[in-house]
Amino acid sequence: MNGTRVRPPLILMVPAMAGLAFLVLPLAGLLVRAPWSTLGTRLAEPHVLEALRLSLVTATLATGLCLLLGVPLAWTLARVPFRGVRLVRALVTVPLVLPPVVGGVALLLVLGRRGLVGGRLDAAFGITLPFTTAGVVLAEAFVAMPFLVISVEGALRAADHRYEEAAATLGAGRWTVFLRVTLPLVAPGIAAGSVLCWARALGEFGATITFAGSFPGRTQTMPLAVYLALETDPQAAIVLSLILLAVAVLVLAALRGRWTGTS
Amino acid sequence: MSAVTGMATGGKSAAAARPDRARAGRARAGAARRAAAVMAAVAVTGCAATGDAGTDGETLTVFAAASLTEPFTALGREFEAARPGVRVRFGFGGSSTLARQITEGAPADVFAAASPATMAQVTRAGDAAGTPRTFARNRLVIAVPKDDPGRVRDVRDLARPGLKVVLCAAPVPCGAAAEKALGAAGVSVAPVSREQDVKAVLAKVRMGEADAGLVYRSDVKAAASQVAGIEFAASARAVNDYPIVRTANAPEAALADGFLGLVLSARGRDVLARAGFEVP
Repeated sequence: MNGTRVRPPLILMVPAMAGLAFLVLPLAGLLVRAPWSTLGTRLAEPHVLEALRLSLVTATLATGLCLLLGVPLAWTLARVPFRGVRLVRALVTVPLVLPPVVGGVALLLVLGRRGLVGGRLDAAFGITLPFTTAGVVLAEAFVAMPFLVISVEGALRAADHRYEEAAATLGAGRWTVFLRVTLPLVAPGIAAGSVLCWARALGEFGATITFAGSFPGRTQTMPLAVYLALETDPQAAIVLSLILLAVAVLVLAALRGRWTGTS
Repeated sequence: MSAVTGMATGGKSAAAARPDRARAGRARAGAARRAAAVMAAVAVTGCAATGDAGTDGETLTVFAAASLTEPFTALGREFEAARPGVRVRFGFGGSSTLARQITEGAPADVFAAASPATMAQVTRAGDAAGTPRTFARNRLVIAVPKDDPGRVRDVRDLARPGLKVVLCAAPVPCGAAAEKALGAAGVSVAPVSREQDVKAVLAKVRMGEADAGLVYRSDVKAAASQVAGIEFAASARAVNDYPIVRTANAPEAALADGFLGLVLSARGRDVLARAGFEVP
């Protein structure tokens, strides 16, 4: 370490550099090919703003839904010893590794108009989820929630139990302990999980197009707009992609060391 | 695309978020996750796996409009049977997607598009060898689920509020044809979704999510067990010509010409006609 720096072997440095180039060059290509001169007017086009607005709204709602359901789920996984906890944890992470299109098909089979649950929703309340903005939120939440659960569960396991025990011995009820001690303890984990979850929801494509379809202003989020724009106007696709790239960079900045491991 | 990024970052977060104990549990959960991933991958690629090997012989690569899936798959099998050692690999998809892939250098030998406009993308870029030939025509029909929940009788019903109608997006051939046909019929439709290609529209109808969709007659034929087709006169105003061409840089030029010959032959016309296409 100190002073005796080893010259990195070429056999490692060459593939390392190639790997770096492989990851960075496509992004650079996006920047190089971007129609900078017309960027301002293109960004202000109504369909771009429409897709951006829809993406931001649905990703935020999906993150809210994930927080509402995911934090209690993470708490259960981390704090409640029950048989099959490993199986449940594996199940929770399935959407993470599942191709999102498959997730979309699965959602259709359950929440679609003829689905196990969706059919009843339709019959009882006349509610159908596919082709609606609510459907987009559900699709995004489905693929994004594991990020939040894993993040929060990790934080909970790493947190010191003794604070909670101390609060309990001082007479705090379980709900009070959760609200006043546990949550603040793992707040950074929840924040990091939420940012990841939000970013994943923002980028969601496969489950959304499968479950919610694609209609401007209603279900056509940014990634779907990029995909369609490639057909007609590749320049527009680049502009839309730039926005998503900018958001991704912002997310990394927001996470700072938490994700890149420098803290 | 999103699946890959999701997996990569997901794996990292899973590892980062579990600093303590339960190594065995982690290993087991990892195995379960891997198994799930493999299953899912099989599910996704299963449909494309038929023509994927072919390392020992020559492989002909055909990019064709999604609506050609059934007749071309059948013709591909006949082509393989007639030439031992030859594999035919198909890329089926929205014609404009395929056209873009070809102009960006995808190694296709043959391109069969669902419209002259999408074919023109390829010819204009100089990626076609010779002049494309029209080998089939297709017209739009209204596809409804077999039990017809929306009680669709003719094209005017598509304008009914509350009816869930799915169309192709305007830039793809079936979307352009749909607008032309609906315009000719004087019906204005507010679709709930505009899909990327005709098979996606068909899927929404097949699953019963949509009450109706405009697809090609051949698509209804291919899904006859789940979908009923309703013809309408105005669709005659939006008949799609299907051009086919060998690509300029076809790695297997001779095989490509052979396949073109089969498609344009009496046998090819017969297969296409039985699949619901009109043949010139």
